[in-house]
Amino acid sequence: MSGGFRGPDLPALADLQNCIHCGFCLPVCPTYIATGQELESPRGRLHLVRAVLDGKAEATDRLLSHLDLCLQCRACESACPSQVPYGRIMEDARAATMARGARDRPRAWTLRALALRYVLARPRVLRSVLALARLYTRSGLQRLVRGPLARALPAPLRALEAQAPVLDRAPFRRSGVLARPQAMRARVALLTGCVHGELYPQMHEATVSVLTRLGCEVVAPPAQVCCGALHTHAGDAETARALARRNIAAFEAAGVDAVIVNAAGCSAAMKEYGRLLRSDARWALRAERFASGVRDVLEYVAAQDFAAPGLGAVPGDVTLQDACHLAHAQRIRSAPRAILGAIPGLRLREMQTPDRCCGAAGLYALVQGEMSRTVLASKMAEIAATGAHLIATANPGCTLQLEAGVRRSGLDAGVRHVIELLDESYRAAAAARG
Amino acid sequence: MLTNALATVVRELQSALGKRHVLWAPEDMLGYEYDATIDRARPDAVAFPANAEEVAAVVRITRRHDVPVVPRGSGTGLAGGALAARGGVLCVLTRMNRILELDPANRVAVVEPGVINLALQDAAAAHGLLYAPDPSSQRICTLGGNIATNAGGPHTLAHGSTVNHVLGLEVVLPDGRITWLGGRQLDAPGPDLRGLFVGSEGTLGIVTKICVRLVPVQAAVRTMLADFESVEAASEAVSAVIRRGVIPVALEMMDHEIIAAVEHVLHIGYPLDAGAVLLIEVEGLRESVEADAAQVVAACREQGAREVRVAESEAERARLWEGRKAGIGAIGTVTPNFYLLDGVVPRTRLPEVMRGVAELTARYGFRVANIFHAGDGNLHPNIMFDELQPGATAKVLELGGEIMRLCVDAGGSITGEHGVGQEKRSYMEWIFGPEDLRAMERVRLGFGASELFNPCKILPTGHGCGQAHAADARRHLATPGVYL
Repeated sequence: MSGGFRGPDLPALADLQNCIHCGFCLPVCPTYIATGQELESPRGRLHLVRAVLDGKAEATDRLLSHLDLCLQCRACESACPSQVPYGRIMEDARAATMARGARDRPRAWTLRALALRYVLARPRVLRSVLALARLYTRSGLQRLVRGPLARALPAPLRALEAQAPVLDRAPFRRSGVLARPQAMRARVALLTGCVHGELYPQMHEATVSVLTRLGCEVVAPPAQVCCGALHTHAGDAETARALARRNIAAFEAAGVDAVIVNAAGCSAAMKEYGRLLRSDARWALRAERFASGVRDVLEYVAAQDFAAPGLGAVPGDVTLQDACHLAHAQRIRSAPRAILGAIPGLRLREMQTPDRCCGAAGLYALVQGEMSRTVLASKMAEIAATGAHLIATANPGCTLQLEAGVRRSGLDAGVRHVIELLDESYRAAAAARG
Repeated sequence: MLTNALATVVRELQSALGKRHVLWAPEDMLGYEYDATIDRARPDAVAFPANAEEVAAVVRITRRHDVPVVPRGSGTGLAGGALAARGGVLCVLTRMNRILELDPANRVAVVEPGVINLALQDAAAAHGLLYAPDPSSQRICTLGGNIATNAGGPHTLAHGSTVNHVLGLEVVLPDGRITWLGGRQLDAPGPDLRGLFVGSEGTLGIVTKICVRLVPVQAAVRTMLADFESVEAASEAVSAVIRRGVIPVALEMMDHEIIAAVEHVLHIGYPLDAGAVLLIEVEGLRESVEADAAQVVAACREQGAREVRVAESEAERARLWEGRKAGIGAIGTVTPNFYLLDGVVPRTRLPEVMRGVAELTARYGFRVANIFHAGDGNLHPNIMFDELQPGATAKVLELGGEIMRLCVDAGGSITGEHGVGQEKRSYMEWIFGPEDLRAMERVRLGFGASELFNPCKILPTGHGCGQAHAADARRHLATPGVYL
């Protein structure tokens, strides 16, 4: 299978021309670190995309496999002195490959796009799938498979199973007005997302609780859908655009001061709706306006007087895993640290490279299992070296991956969203006040 | 597709190194056709040896089958030195990235050639020691590449370049034998083959172990940013500082084009209205460093500096340096393409040479950005251009030649630190006579190099190179988009 790029989402020559081949992206790229090979580096991938765009090379399966091994963590963007917009070049290259049609692209890409389009983007289908997973946990079968029956599964299946979440909580599926403070200072809307509320309802509960204490009325527009981040990353720009339009309409109707997102991958994607819909005359301006109102929850909270409700002690050593799409895509690094640093009793033990990807990267952990586990293994070693028993995150994908890492490495550590720790601190203060 | 001979070479490489460590798919070769400059040349296969014995195997296999072999590190070179000019096998040393020994008491370290410069710096810093050569690409360039080009860096002014810090080298000779040059001391009995090897750009052999000298970190350091109305005024100040008897550890110049680009990206706080700034660093004992800094400030003021800012904290110092280290990359944000030149002139000739560079560039209708090691007289004009404009690339290359000529005519040379590579071979005849070049060729033969051992580098001679290069140039010029 081969061919060039096609369709409306061609990578832009001007974006590619920013690259001066200096190689500064190499030492921060997880796949280059793991392989030492140029084509598994951002510089190499940019060179490949340029070669295909210029008609100097065919985008064969072999060539595309190098683009596919990219985690899209965008660490290279933080390291790049020439400001190459690597993330969107990679998204465009994947979209322009998908646009070749099902016969002229790798079958795995088609399967991935189908799964994203017909499961993730459809709440009812997604919930049915997750209901099975929940049954798997609650029936006790998961505990058996992870315990006495571990050897019954063939190794590849066991690796896949190890990735699965433990679904032992009731999902968060509320919408409408979620909470109303006594003295209202702002009205915000919460993206409840596709899998987030199903996997980690406690993160939504904590987010609502924290925002309420800060004087926000929190609403969840019922018509909202998945943010489309994974669709964009996988090159299914059409589905991503359809989801974006529905979300823009849903959140506009809510008439809020800000759209709050507590998953860094989603907040990053929603801030880029303007670019996603730039060629759609009817939606481009609306998308820009919408995007300017999106805030990651940590960014929003850190900009408030978040100590005002009273901070109680949360004793322990914590280490922070920067969410790639918070640190690199949104350049937000100080907000989570400011929040963690303000909580009494909590000591922040930084790992060596907190802003290096954990290997989760959306569907990556499933599609590129071997590389994902390699990247995770070095992450777990860094975490272990800090001696921390709490791992703070800002994204459910990272949480899922790090939980798998904790199980695999046997580390005695819990994984929590920063906002959960802040909520716990508020609760401790309230309890102390009686 | 591979010819029969190459298919045999690939098979033999695979059995020597393991299948995973040999690439030959045509798509994969795209990733090894470039370094950090604008030339391109595609290898036929890429080998990733893990140790000296495997490097020797790669060298022997290619020699036996008359296939070119070329060593490569991280591919950050700026003269086409790591390009497979005539195809063949690229021997990539990135897997050999271990620091084998760090002996703080004797202040030496032994490393493999794929170790990143900054990784050695960090390891040494943990013991209060410094590996002095610090090229701007230090976060990714390898020690092996540093040896090949005799790399410098901002701190070369006081510490010297790589050759002053290498004690011994284990090398694979072009016939596949493994030997040591030099040792663990600064001087070794017999002729200084280690010194000869450093800067030979991988034309005499392939480095597999490197013993370097570490120096103690100085007790105190002062970093200053002096702000001038013009590049010429700043150039005059360079000599004025040295005339006062102070040798700063670094004396760097950035012109207004660079300042604008860096500020656009990083917001360091460089003065946007300056014609040029000098970044000057002095170090030494706590007692002497203040006096040296005062001398620097006085010299700059005497040459018309509008302001001399002294970094008040380590954070501010790091910030000032961050702009310098990212400066070349920042140019990428303000122009589609640029051509980075490397020349050297006597320090005192800087003002007139810089004027000449500006005049030449203007005459060709291009803009130039200057960021360089002014204290060494080592200039780096960056010619900005757009590859998509017909004929622009050819004109830029011609202008590059004229600027190199200017350096030579001012008593300087065609490279200060990046090396000659394949890019500047033809300029060698401007500085060396036929006898000089023949002597160099005989040295190469003395090391046992055939014409296929890293061909078409440094020396303007060599069968097939002239033609290959001319053909390459024609192909490049005919294909828009070849210069990324």
